[in-house]
Amino acid sequence: MSTIDMGMPAEVVEVEPRKPAGVLRVAFSMWRTRVGLAIVILLAVVALFGRYIAPYGQSEAVGLPFKPSGKTRKPTHFGSANVGHDVWTRFLYGGKPILIAAVLATLLALVLGTTIGLIAAYNRGKLDEVLMRSMDVLLALPQIISALIVISMFGATTLIIILTVGISTVPRIARVVRGAAVSVVERDFVAAAESLGESKFRILRSELLPNVAAPLLVEANLRLTFSIGLISGIAFLGFTPDPGAANWGLMINENRKGLVPNHWGVTLPVIAIAVLTIGTGLVGDGLSRAAAGIDRAKGDS
Amino acid sequence: MDVAVSISNLRIEVAGNGTDIVDEINLSIAPGEVLGLVGESGSGKTTVGLAVLGHARRGVRLAHGDVTIGDAAMLQLGDVALRHARGKLVSYVPQDPSTALNPALRINTQLTEVLEFHDFGGSDQARRERVQEVMSEVLLPSTPEFLRRYPHQLSGGQQQRVGLAMAFACRPSVIVLDEPTTGLDVSTQAHVLTTVRQLCHAHNVAALYVTHDLAVVATLADRVAVMYAGRIVEQGPAAELFSNPSHPYTRHLIAAAPDMSTDHEMIGLSGRAPAPGKRPVGCSFARRCELAVDQCRAEFPAEREVVPGRVVRCIRPFEVPERTQHMAAHSSPIAASATHALLVRNLCASYTGHEVVHNVDLHVDRGECLALVGESGSGKTTLSRSIGGLHREWTGEILLGSERLAPSARNRTTAQRLRIQYVFQNPYSSLQPRRMIGDSVARPLLIGGASKTEAARKVGEMLERVALTAGYAHRFPDQLSGGERQRVAIARALVSRPEVLVCDEVTSALDVLVQASIVELLGELRRDLGLAMLFVTHNLPLVASIADQIAVLADGKLVETGPTERVLHFPEAEYTKRLIADTPQISALPER
Repeated sequence: MSTIDMGMPAEVVEVEPRKPAGVLRVAFSMWRTRVGLAIVILLAVVALFGRYIAPYGQSEAVGLPFKPSGKTRKPTHFGSANVGHDVWTRFLYGGKPILIAAVLATLLALVLGTTIGLIAAYNRGKLDEVLMRSMDVLLALPQIISALIVISMFGATTLIIILTVGISTVPRIARVVRGAAVSVVERDFVAAAESLGESKFRILRSELLPNVAAPLLVEANLRLTFSIGLISGIAFLGFTPDPGAANWGLMINENRKGLVPNHWGVTLPVIAIAVLTIGTGLVGDGLSRAAAGIDRAKGDS
Repeated sequence: MDVAVSISNLRIEVAGNGTDIVDEINLSIAPGEVLGLVGESGSGKTTVGLAVLGHARRGVRLAHGDVTIGDAAMLQLGDVALRHARGKLVSYVPQDPSTALNPALRINTQLTEVLEFHDFGGSDQARRERVQEVMSEVLLPSTPEFLRRYPHQLSGGQQQRVGLAMAFACRPSVIVLDEPTTGLDVSTQAHVLTTVRQLCHAHNVAALYVTHDLAVVATLADRVAVMYAGRIVEQGPAAELFSNPSHPYTRHLIAAAPDMSTDHEMIGLSGRAPAPGKRPVGCSFARRCELAVDQCRAEFPAEREVVPGRVVRCIRPFEVPERTQHMAAHSSPIAASATHALLVRNLCASYTGHEVVHNVDLHVDRGECLALVGESGSGKTTLSRSIGGLHREWTGEILLGSERLAPSARNRTTAQRLRIQYVFQNPYSSLQPRRMIGDSVARPLLIGGASKTEAARKVGEMLERVALTAGYAHRFPDQLSGGERQRVAIARALVSRPEVLVCDEVTSALDVLVQASIVELLGELRRDLGLAMLFVTHNLPLVASIADQIAVLADGKLVETGPTERVLHFPEAEYTKRLIADTPQISALPER
């Protein structure tokens, strides 16, 4: 005597399979996310491929230092920089080191932070204490100071910059992930997986991770924004892998002496860094609104 | 008839788009009368209850109709007048007393606050006396020490009594109670219900008692109104309505309700009530009704008085749908084997060193269902989680067939883990929300070493077996109703053909019709697959329909075990006797 052979319509509406309210889907339906993404893509293209449209080589002299456009020996759009390089060329070359280092540092922080956060949330107890308290210690060091200390000890190689920025970002991500995962661990589907004897790794990856994805995305984006700022700052202070190579942060430092005769050497990289962080910030804002359900369609509770 | 409150032609809609939440509500309650407003979740019963106070939730609009209390038209009152009417003319007792009382204020302060706001009695002395009086009315001590307590220093039952005291403090003429006993144990519930009834009768207060629990209504209410999909489909005197329901939906509700008489079998009903905005033109129950004719689908039947005092909205009142008739379908017991499917010996379980389950012995045979009954805090969930390997802190022995099980699921073998399966209480948290149903159900098979194609085939079969379709494999949990999710959880537990199934309060999050169909399904699967089932519940009447044996757990100790019929009708332990006496029942209407 089952309920199905009653011949009564079960009122089942056939629905296409879909992911439950995807944060990405919701986020990209908002204008702020789209605008932010357009900005990020535009600047990423400039940073990665700009060198192919650069009029000169990045170390090529176009005239005397700090000459405005029209007063240089060779024709330029934005005049010359501190040792007579072309500002526009230096700008087109200078984004790549910052962007790549920021993305890699954020990815590193994302992987380590998520792993630590999930392990802490799932195991609780002593392991949780040890992990999270050591995260707190890292968190207590100001990012820029600890980065400067490490870089002055080991040298400003690309690897060291990525490692220091990445590792100093780990505790921030770990905290967010742990916070989100703690409530997920309490839910019955985790117990169901345990009772089936699923491995700990599988429980972290397949049960917990998908359910902390939304806050994780938001946090990762915020951290990318901060990493861009931090790496530009480090470069501004003169720590770059190759002091001769173009770099937005370094450009600001080198060209501030020539601010009066030719301001473009500072203005261009400043605008680029500012707009890039605004872009990633907008994307992050859209993601967090989607995750919190702020702009959700009305009537949907 | 003297009327304390009357609701006429009330319509409440979603503020933005005008979708009806409830419509055509006509009710009246006499002074001293308790009206039970019954319905499943989403039927609009709480919305109606709040409308009596002139209140609508955010995003909801009181569209038209009247609520009249004495000579006050509640829906026409301004904000200030409404505030003065609430508490004095009509008061409210919410569902969860632990969140309804302000945790930062002493109960004396909270009680006095109501009286002061309405300037009751005119003097502080009179108000102090009124607090003393109302405390004794709700059977709480009125000593200064007790009144100085904070809400967290009271038990759940005491908190709800304080809630009642606040509601009755200004002697209102109407009181709305919204499932006030839902979170309470049966014995506490019984006391609170008696208090409500006595207070209403003694002080001539009209009460609207909103609930999903038919048995509570049967013991408490004088009259009953049944709601379905935003309409009242039937109302009448409680005793008559329960003994001879006229609307087919009421008949289904009663057939689905658990009852302690052992020949009662719970009967479920497929489908679900149409949501606001998706309601059909005709009778909203027509799609699920076996008696439906074309006329039902064309227009919603008007209210008519079929018998004096009984109003129903059905063109075929009193006709009996075939499926609500009880059939004797008890199975022949499966031949007992030499070893028990599950044997628990001398089990003591503790939390951080504090023992909560003491020396429990029990066993379940193949094809048998053992109900583990106990109130909250009795240790029943700890015990069942120990058996399932989810709680490790225990000593004693658990034998699965002839194999001794390790405390933690992680230390058991894969075969052992698959032979004993667990179904969780809350289907809303037991399925991973971001994984498709098919993948969730397939996990036990894949762990057991099945190939992907074989697993997919078995998942399809299993989903059909629990009265879903194979197409459900490609859905996500949020596309399913609570009942469907619980079926999926059962499918996941049974797909690897376990010998022992542990069901932990599997129906407590579900509506009564859904509960009945899940119980039906479990009974059927147990018979067909020869499962040994441990059914953990706090709900005694439910046990009668499903279990062969009962084990009663109190404060971590087994107080009584035995065959269901014997335990329910001739209980031996004092505790069991009290538990049975306190459990509200439909079939045992009190003499009035």
